[in-house]
Amino acid sequence: MMKHGILIDLTLCVGCYACEEADAERWGHPSSDIHELSSTQNTAVVDVDGVYVSKQCMHCNEPTCESVCPVGAFEKTALGPVIYHEQRCMGCRYCMQACPFDVPRYQWDSLNPEVTKCDLCYDRIREGGQPACVEVCPAEARVFGPLDDLIAEAKRRISETPDQYISHIYGVKEAGGTSVLFLAPKDFAELGLRTQLPDHPLPTLTWAILSKIPNYVFWGTTMLAGVWWITNRRKEVMEYEQALERMEQGNPSRRVNNNDHE
Amino acid sequence: MIQLRAPKLTFWGIAFWAVMALGIVATVVRFTQGLGASTNLSDKFPWGLWIGFDILCGVALAAGGFVVAGSVYIFNLERYRPILRPAILTAFLGYLLVAFALMYDLGRPWNIWHPVIMWNPRSVMFEVGWCVILYTTVLALEFSPMVFEKLNLKRPQTIIKSITIPLVIAGVILSSLHQSSLGSLFLIVPEKVYPLWYSANLPYLFFLTAVAVGPAMVTIESFLSSRAFHREIELPILVRLGRVTVAALGIYFVLKIQDVLSYGLLSYVFTMNIEGILYWAEMLLGVVLPIILLLIPSIRTTKRGLFLASLFVVLGVILNRMNLSITAVDRYSGVGYFPSLMEIAVTMMIVAIGFAAFRLAAKHLPVFPEETHGEAHPPGRHPYEMIPLSSKEVTSN
Ligand code: SF4
Ligand code: SF4
Ligand code: SF4
Repeated sequence: MMKHGILIDLTLCVGCYACEEADAERWGHPSSDIHELSSTQNTAVVDVDGVYVSKQCMHCNEPTCESVCPVGAFEKTALGPVIYHEQRCMGCRYCMQACPFDVPRYQWDSLNPEVTKCDLCYDRIREGGQPACVEVCPAEARVFGPLDDLIAEAKRRISETPDQYISHIYGVKEAGGTSVLFLAPKDFAELGLRTQLPDHPLPTLTWAILSKIPNYVFWGTTMLAGVWWITNRRKEVMEYEQALERMEQGNPSRRVNNNDHE
Repeated sequence: MIQLRAPKLTFWGIAFWAVMALGIVATVVRFTQGLGASTNLSDKFPWGLWIGFDILCGVALAAGGFVVAGSVYIFNLERYRPILRPAILTAFLGYLLVAFALMYDLGRPWNIWHPVIMWNPRSVMFEVGWCVILYTTVLALEFSPMVFEKLNLKRPQTIIKSITIPLVIAGVILSSLHQSSLGSLFLIVPEKVYPLWYSANLPYLFFLTAVAVGPAMVTIESFLSSRAFHREIELPILVRLGRVTVAALGIYFVLKIQDVLSYGLLSYVFTMNIEGILYWAEMLLGVVLPIILLLIPSIRTTKRGLFLASLFVVLGVILNRMNLSITAVDRYSGVGYFPSLMEIAVTMMIVAIGFAAFRLAAKHLPVFPEETHGEAHPPGRHPYEMIPLSSKEVTSN
């Protein structure tokens, strides 16, 4: 199965918030005038100095959230979406702490809280459909399709009208690449997107340490057992020598006794 | 139980019950209204005091257990045996309290066991979870002889004794793994952590501080218990244990300096914002000062000097864990997190339970060695053994 994603062209977005509405409808959330990600809003369109910037889960190619979750509640599907298996979650919120795009939200007021985020309408696209936000967008600011096609399309747009875009497709390299891509009329940092992220997937940072553990356990145990064997042996030898010494101290007197007898 | 029957109206008694009452109120709010109502946590600041203090500090302060057990059994440093039991007791109580605190912090505490069957070996938290579960089991076994001895059960005692060495080795491996992994938790957020605290060496830094603070905690406990029970560890043993702390802190200091140089942090170090000030406080009071105190013989070999040095080590490690988990990510989050009263109340209650449980155990179980000065350490062997250990003892002897 080919990886799919969404290309969001910020130069085309007119800020109608139809995508937010569609998102609310799909998740059964109330529609709201606050344009911000929250536990009841998985897609948000934020006005940054006249440019409408979309916010939602980036569906990373090697998701940080998937790698940090101690119970594997996140899954990067072959189709592209990163989905959340609510029944596994224990609510440690490491995913929120770690996501490089600060996406996951939490149901803080619930007694059985879930982590919330966009799932790229996994149920719809699995059936050959489109994500709700893409379907409703009147300006065609959002395109859904195979990731490779989207990248080709983005490149085409940049090369055809280079004065409209800054020549960078956000999401091709960021944090090892994502399945949501952005085209923008100006610098991404000015639009509030994270531009300091490394090009490699962040999970490599922890994997560098975690992958050493089996070796460490093996050699560590061997070494400790070795040290114990040596110190223990030394102790035995010492005790033995002490016993010998005591015997030797005893012997002369016996010899004296023997001599006495003779 | 005993305390319930006859609550003595001392200052500490009243303080204890006041803290407990507040903690119970906060507990009720936490479990009936949820995390949102009881904490100042938010989507932008998902980890707060409970992770920073109850978990990160809790685990670090319990490090004495593996340091001392390893020294006695693996390195055969028999002279540390008298502090083995207090150290193991602290560690065991510490880990139980960490698990207890986790029940407050987890959004779905009833799923706390999920890592046992739902695996994700790529997760640092998964590894920490497993290590903590296994190590708490090891500690329970290491602790059990105190109970068996009290109940005079011979057979279980011999069984535990026969598996001591494998147990201790497992304990050291598991501890070194998760003590360092708690630092690795933050490796994955290089852009979120204030540069003064981010380092690729985080796991090693965490491990070293744990090794340093373990003995310091044992020292403090020994002194506090000597006032409560007039039973204590001989000073020379603790003085020697201080060397472990100095060594660990020394290496830690070098690594921290290396971070400053290799990450080019000088400008951050000399920026006196809140992070800069807390960084200096941590490094000077928690690292440099105790190293100096522990290196000067005339300070190190007195009860007071050793106690002070240990106290600074403990406070320094607490500050370090809080700095990394709260100070260092606060600027990025932009929320200015400060724990809610209820978060503080729960944390204080957990600390109070820790003190009370240690006190109860020390009172009723054979934790501290019987006073047998002559046997283990003939008087006069070390010059500083002449120092009176406590006023009580001098008069009673
Ligand atoms: S953006 Fe965050 S939540 Fe979404 S897949 Fe990437 S790491 Fe996970
Ligand atoms: S909060 Fe849930 S989904 Fe997020 S890391 Fe923890 S267990 Fe995994
Ligand atoms: S529906 Fe399309 S045009 Fe409307 S706000 Fe969303 S992305 Fe922009």
